[in-house]
Order: sequence, then C-alpha cells, then structure tokens
Amino acid sequence: MIEVSNLSVSFGSGEARRQVVQGVSFVVGKGETLGIVGESGCGKSTVLRSLAGLDRHWEGDIRLAGKPVDRERSREQLKLAQMVFQDPYGSIHPRHRIERVLAEPARAMKTGDGWSRVAPSLEQVGLPANFAERFPHELSGGQRQRVAIARALMLEPEILLLDEPTSALDVSVQAEVLNLLSDLREERNLTYVLVSHDLSVIAHMCDRVLVMKDGTFVDELDKGALEKGETHHPYSEQLFEASFL
Amino acid sequence: MSLATSAGAGSKPGVFLLRIGRSLKNALTKLSREPVGLFGFIVLSILIVVAIFAPLIAPYSPTTQNLPNALQAPSWEHWAGTDEYGRDILSRLIYGTRITIQTVLAVSLIVGPIGMLVGIVAGFVGGRTDAILMRFTDIVLSFPSLILALSFAAALGAGLETAIIAISLTGWPPIARLARAETLIVRNTDYVAAARLYGASPLRVLFLYIAPMCIPSVVVRLTLNMAGIILTAAALGFLGLGAQPPAPEWGAMISSGRQYMLDNWWVAVMPGIAILLTSLAFNLVGDALRDILDPRHARS
Repeated sequence: MIEVSNLSVSFGSGEARRQVVQGVSFVVGKGETLGIVGESGCGKSTVLRSLAGLDRHWEGDIRLAGKPVDRERSREQLKLAQMVFQDPYGSIHPRHRIERVLAEPARAMKTGDGWSRVAPSLEQVGLPANFAERFPHELSGGQRQRVAIARALMLEPEILLLDEPTSALDVSVQAEVLNLLSDLREERNLTYVLVSHDLSVIAHMCDRVLVMKDGTFVDELDKGALEKGETHHPYSEQLFEASFL
Repeated sequence: MSLATSAGAGSKPGVFLLRIGRSLKNALTKLSREPVGLFGFIVLSILIVVAIFAPLIAPYSPTTQNLPNALQAPSWEHWAGTDEYGRDILSRLIYGTRITIQTVLAVSLIVGPIGMLVGIVAGFVGGRTDAILMRFTDIVLSFPSLILALSFAAALGAGLETAIIAISLTGWPPIARLARAETLIVRNTDYVAAARLYGASPLRVLFLYIAPMCIPSVVVRLTLNMAGIILTAAALGFLGLGAQPPAPEWGAMISSGRQYMLDNWWVAVMPGIAILLTSLAFNLVGDALRDILDPRHARS
C-alpha cells in the first residue's frame, strides 16, 4: 500500500541546513498497521507529514497504492491518504460547526455537497447525529478526536496517517479512541501508519514497529517481538525499559 | 437521498435565522454583565436613533438664523443656548450626529475590508507579496492623516467627502497589520493543514478558514478606531476642511465658538461635550466587544 524508498527530508539551507530524515525506506502492506516510535525530534512526525503531503522538502520516492506521488499533490493523490492530528483542540476550526467541519472535505474536493453525509459519519465514529449543530468548544477532547477521525474518513482514503492521535487525551478516553480506530480498520480494511512515543499505544495497535532515532530506523519489531519485549538494538531496549518498568 | 438533501436545503434559512437569534441573545447576556459596555451601547443606540429622526427630534431648524436671539445662555427655551447667529445649538448638535455617524460609518466601511484584504493576503501568501504589501503599508502609515487631509482638501476642495477619503486613506494600515498578524498565527494551525490535505483551494482557505478568525479582532479594532475617526473629523472641521458651513459639524461648531469662548462658554463647550460623549461611547463599546467577540478573552 505504501512504499517509501530513500526518503530524506532537510530544512534550511547553507550553514543552517539540517537533515531531519536520512534516507529511510519502508513498506506497509494493505490492512497493516505500522508504528513508528521514537523520542521527540527524531523525525517521526516529519516522515508522516511527508507521506501526507504537508511537507514538501522531501527527496526520494513515495508510492501510495502503487502510484508515485508528487511533492505538490493533486486532488486524486490527496484522496489516497488523510491524516489525524495530535491535538484535537487545534485541528478543528473553532468557528465551524461540526456539520461544516465534516462537510468541508467533500465540498473542497467538489465531490457532492457533503451535508447529507454528516449524520452517518458521526454515527460511524460513535457520536450522536445532533452533534452536527455544535461548535468544537462544546465537545470534549475525545469527542473532538472522533470528529477529526470522521473528517479524515470523509474522502474514503485507503490510508490513514495518525500523528500521536491519543497523546492529548486522558487514559480512559485514549482506549476508546484506539478501539474505535481498530474497529474502523477492520470495517473498511484501512492501512494505518501510527506515530507515537507511547509504546503501550503502539503495542496495542500495531502489527509492526519501526524504532526511529536521529532520522534513521534503528530497529524493526514485529508483533511477537513486541509482546516478548525482544529488541535488537540498545536504543530500543532503552526505550522499552523506560516504558514498561 | 435527494429528498433528504432538498429538505435540508429548504430548512437552511430557518435554521440560520434561529442561530442568529440565539447568538444575538448570547451576546446580549454577556453584554448585560458589563455595565460600562452596556452604557456605551445605550449611548450609541441613542445617537443612531437621534441621527435617523433628527428632523422630528430637533426643536428648531439647524440653519435658520435669528439674529436678535444670538448668544443666548442655556435656558428652558434653548437647552444648550444659541450661537452667534441665534441658531439653537441643541438642534445643530442633533443634526450634527448625522454628519458624525455618516463619517464614521463611511470610513469604517472603506477601511475595514481594504485593511483586512491587504493583511490576510500578505500574511497568507507570504514571501515577496508580503514584503511589498507591508512596505507599502508602512509608507502609508508614516503619513500624518491630518496633513494628508489638508493636502487633499487643497487639491479636491474642502468638504465632507474629501474628509472621508482622506481619513480612510490613512486609516487602513493598522487594520492590515492586525489582520496579517492574525493570519500568520492561523496559517500554521492544524485545521488549515487539514484543509490543505482535503484539497481546499487557497481562496477557500483564505475566505472560509482564515478570514473568520480575523474578523472579531478587526471589528474590535475598527470600533476602537471610530473614536479616533470622530476626533480627526472634528479636527478637520475645526480647521475648516470638513463639512462646510452652514452644515452643523461639531468640530466646525467648536471652531466658530472659540471666538466667544470667554463670555459665552456654551457655544464651544456644548459641541465639545457631544464629541467627548460620542468618542467615549465608541471606546467603551470597543472594549466590551473585545470581551464578547475575542475567544481568548472569553475563556479567562
């Protein structure tokens, strides 16, 4: 579903040039959930933003659903992958009602008026249909994140990019949102790339995990290794010890 | 499905009106918690009513001279006294609200959209466009508005329209700067990133995502500016460059009353009080609007 080869991202130019991602390659199969874990600033969010098409500084080769995508995405390419952001308080327009938030993707893409699909999409993420009338500030963090997920699914993408989707939520709500994501994945056969620094979230959701440090992948763990706490690199061992103790 | 959508479209205007009513009610409840702002709103509404119904309210004609009656002190007959031509000052003040409100509205309607457009385009497009637009704004900002108005009046002839154009020309840069600053913040938010991800065109992002976030602070700034506009208009009138006599412009009234200041204080003081009250009301309303419209204030 996703093929990335030799992806490098650098910001700035001349003296100030900093290479944030250094030639990483990975493949994600259809229906698979890939986790990327690492400390703050290791470049994991940058990889995700390059996949989504938000960062345009990347070099290398990205293929989504078999087709190579450009730095400047066309509408067709944008429809392949949508993103759920970390902070549900910042990712929804504070002056748009929920119905507008959910109708906007279809309206912006000019694929129908979008209003008629608001109610079913709210129900799909477990929210009552009358929430359409509300403003974002009348919703809790978990409810907002559900709205953000519903919005990302409005264009029916095959890939969902999740940038720490639960780190701004408290623990009980985290589990609900993660379960919702798992259910949606099974229902729609979605492919996820989940970025997080929380290993328990990763272990709960992912089939495979890449451990990232200083712009490169230092370790790859599959489900079995995750459960047993098996690691192949001192850094990932450190990471595991820090989170499971 | 088509039935559902048409029903939805049919009820849209009704829903819209209902929502407007609800948010108005909300705003009024918030306003009632701020007595000072409420006072400002009341003064302003009275001014607007007075301006609309001036011919019905004014006890005398604002321009008919009555020389035997000149320079009468305030009395039951002439609440605010009479001026050097025997005209009733209260009537002139009442008609003067028309000129003042007209100036303020015209300037705000010109300055608001222009300033906002320049600001959000500069902030959103960035790069060279931003540099050119903002340097241009800086240049305009460095013109003293009164001097520009003077030269304008010299070129086009003195009059209310000239005054309005001159004040507008120098009035938009602060609005543009404010809108640009807001745009720079909003441009980098996640909801704009999300909009780019679902293919919203730059124009769509500009008008549906960024502009609504700038409007509250621009409205607040405009309202606070109105006090300044009144003062500049009065200053122009005082210098004889605003509305021309015999039009009852407040600044011009002070100017002519200045000669009789020592013996007949009311000729200059009454229009002074009118200017003071009006600009004070605009300032109070601006402050109250900030508390009501600005989400950052509302949260605290």
